[in-house]
Parts: sequence; C-alpha cells; structure tokens
Amino acid sequence: MLKVRNVRKNFQGTEILKGVDLTVEKGDVVAILGPSGAGKTTLLRCLNFLERADSGEMIFDGVRLSLPKAGKKEIAELRKKTAFVFQNFNLFLNKTALENVTEGLITARRLPVREAEETGRRTLDQVGLSGRYDYYPDQLSGGQQQRVAIARAVAADPEIIYFDEPTSALDPELTGEVLEVMRQLAAEGRTMLVVTHEMEFARNVSTKTIFMEDGMIVEAGGTKQLFETPKEARTKEFLRNTGR
Amino acid sequence: MINERLAGILADSFFKILLPGLTVTIPLTVLSFGFAMVIAVALALVQFAGIRVLKEFARFYIWVIRGTPLLVQLFVIFYGLPNLGIVLPPFPSAVIVFSMNEGAYCAEVMRAALEAVPEGQMEAGYCAGMSYLQIMRRIVLPQAFRIAFPSLGNSMIAMVKDTSLAANITVTEMFMATQRIVARTYEPLALYLEVGLIYLLFSTALAKLQSIGEKRLAFYGRRRG
Repeated sequence: MLKVRNVRKNFQGTEILKGVDLTVEKGDVVAILGPSGAGKTTLLRCLNFLERADSGEMIFDGVRLSLPKAGKKEIAELRKKTAFVFQNFNLFLNKTALENVTEGLITARRLPVREAEETGRRTLDQVGLSGRYDYYPDQLSGGQQQRVAIARAVAADPEIIYFDEPTSALDPELTGEVLEVMRQLAAEGRTMLVVTHEMEFARNVSTKTIFMEDGMIVEAGGTKQLFETPKEARTKEFLRNTGR
Repeated sequence: MINERLAGILADSFFKILLPGLTVTIPLTVLSFGFAMVIAVALALVQFAGIRVLKEFARFYIWVIRGTPLLVQLFVIFYGLPNLGIVLPPFPSAVIVFSMNEGAYCAEVMRAALEAVPEGQMEAGYCAGMSYLQIMRRIVLPQAFRIAFPSLGNSMIAMVKDTSLAANITVTEMFMATQRIVARTYEPLALYLEVGLIYLLFSTALAKLQSIGEKRLAFYGRRRG
C-alpha cells in the first residue's frame, strides 16, 4: 500500500536520513523504534510532506510521488488519504473537541455539517470522550487531548495513520488511555505507522517493527522475530538496554 | 475659583463638546480603526506568507508611516495634495490618514500575533487536508486576533485621543469645538480640563469594552501547564 525508497534528508549539512526504504501493507501496524536523533520523526514528517526530503520517492495506493518534487495538488490529494497524530497533539486551540474532529471533514472533504458532526460524535465516543464534545483543548488533560487528536485522525477514515511519539508528551499515568485507543484501532485493522518509545506497545500491538539508528534502518521485520531473534548486534543491544 | 459664571460655561459647553464627540470623534475613530484593521491584516498576512514583492512593499509602507509624525501626514494629505489637484474634504482626509497610520502600527501587532500562533496549528491543518487559505481563515487568524486583542484595544484607545489632531485640518471634532468655546469665553483651563475629562470618559468606556471582549474570548488561548 505504501512503498518508500531512498529517503534522504539534510538539515544544515547534517544528514538526518541516509537513504531509508520502507514498505507498509494494508492492515500493518508498524512500530518504528530507535534512540533519539535516529531520524524516526523526520522520516514520518517527510512521508506526509511536513518536511521536504532531499531525495526519495513513494508509491502510495499505486500513485507514484517524488518526495522532493511533488506539487501542491499531489500533496493535497495524498493528505486526504492519510492522517497524522502529533507528539504534542496540535489540536486547533480555537475549536472544541467536536469541532477539531469535524473541521477537516467540513473544509477539506466537503461533508455536510450534520454528517460531519455525526461522524465526529461517533469517533469521540469511540475514544471514550462522549461527555467532552464542547470542551476546548485547554480544558482537557493531555491524554484526553491526544484522544481527540486520534479521533480527528480516524474520522476521515484515512488509509494510513502516522503517529509521531503519541505518548511522549504525556504524564506516565495518561499514556495508558492513549495506548488503549491505539490498540483498539489496531484491532480494527487500521494501517498504522507508529514512531514510539513504548516497547510494550511495539511488542504486543505492532505486526512489524523497524529499528532505526543514525538515519538508517538497522533492522526491520516481523515484530515477533525482531524482538525474539534480532539479527543485528545493535538491535540486540537496544532491546537489552530498553529492558527486553 | 468656580463661580457661577464659570459653572454656567462648563455646564453649557459640556454638551456642545460632547455632541461633536459623538458625531465626529467616535465615527472618525470607528471608521478609521475599521479600515486600519483591513490594512493591518493585509500587511501582516503578506509578510507572514512571505510573498516577495508585497512583503517588501509592506515593510516600506510601515517604515514610512511609522517614521513620520501623524500631524505631518495629516498636513500632507489635506494641505499638500491640493497642489496635485487632489482636494479632499476634512473628514475623509482624516479618515484616510488615521486608517493608514493606525494600519501600519496594527500590522506589526498582527504580524507578531500571527507568528505567536504555534507552528503545529498550521501543520495539523495541512494534515487534516485543509488548504493554506482555509487554515489561515479558520485556525490561524482567529487565534492571532485573540492574541492581538489587548494590544489592538490599546491602539484604539490611543486613537480616540489622536483624533484631536484632526482639529488641525479643520475637522470640527471635540477639541476644535472646545477651542472655539475657549476663544469666546476665555476660560482655557476649565474648558481644556473639561474636554480632557470627556476624552477620559471615552477611553474608560473603550477600556471597559476591551476587558469585556477579553473575557468573552478567554475560553481558549490560555495554556495550562
């Protein structure tokens, strides 16, 4: 469903991504692990054109796109099929929880307001926020905000959802409720690409795991295989250090 | 010091000053501030969006307007332009100058406010499939207005007082009205204090409106720790 080849990205002379290849099949839940500075977040941002890669191409749903050269329209089309969950939520601060979910449906997908609101309420119910439709982001806890953000991502029924360290900005107590929602999405068969430090989640929920370091993919494979019989020495070390 | 004659003059003049306040000063302020906001938003947006030529123009405009006295600008438009065959009546001249002047200052306030909206708001909009214009109109600008609101309120209060300068180009606003009464009665101290008091009333009313507005907008924009 998503195939990415040779993604390279420089920031002021420093090579952040040194030629990354990636394949995601429909229904995959892919966890991307790795130490800070490995380029995980940058990779994810390049895939949704929040950063411009210097080289590389992707095939999404049969559509071929050049990462450095794709035009506005192509990117806009792509983004209608994808969703992004940010580390720090990035909920629209001037919109209520429900409006956050419906905003994109109404403006970008041109859904009738009533229909959008129905979808919005339903997805907020799914993430356990039935009583919070009219709350502004500032009135919600971090965990609740991130669940609204996930509802916003899911509501448009995207073909893939990118998660950029969705629990890293949360109090330890609040990560559970967010991971639970993500587990639920995985169980529904959603295609997800998740940059995370949550080893437990990677191990128990993801179907594939990628270990990245220093702008490169060190090892990729089925989650069970990668966790139980890692091939690369560096992967073994990382797993050992993170308590596996 | 306050004798019967003076008390009579003060009482008599109060409404004579207040009336042009209501019919000239307030409309001049409201009209000019409205146009100023349009100018400000336009100048701020082209800078924020980084549209090359327009951005240069905006910088130039702000540089010139902020770098020259308001009084000089009034004189150029009202007394200067007729040399080019452009003759404008006093009130429209004042509206033009106040709008252009205030627009330059508020543009800087708006630009700073736009820059203060977190970058992530824009990114979240893009990821939701929204276009640049949709994001600006529905997400970024409303938040920027919320951020700019107190400063804009301040500017508007300052503007009410600045409109007194329009007396210099024969606009019969409050100050001009006061000067005329002074010329007739020779009571400058009492009358200028009186008009000062009326300006104070106007400013106070605006400050009150500002704080009401801030409270109404307070439902978001304050981040919890």
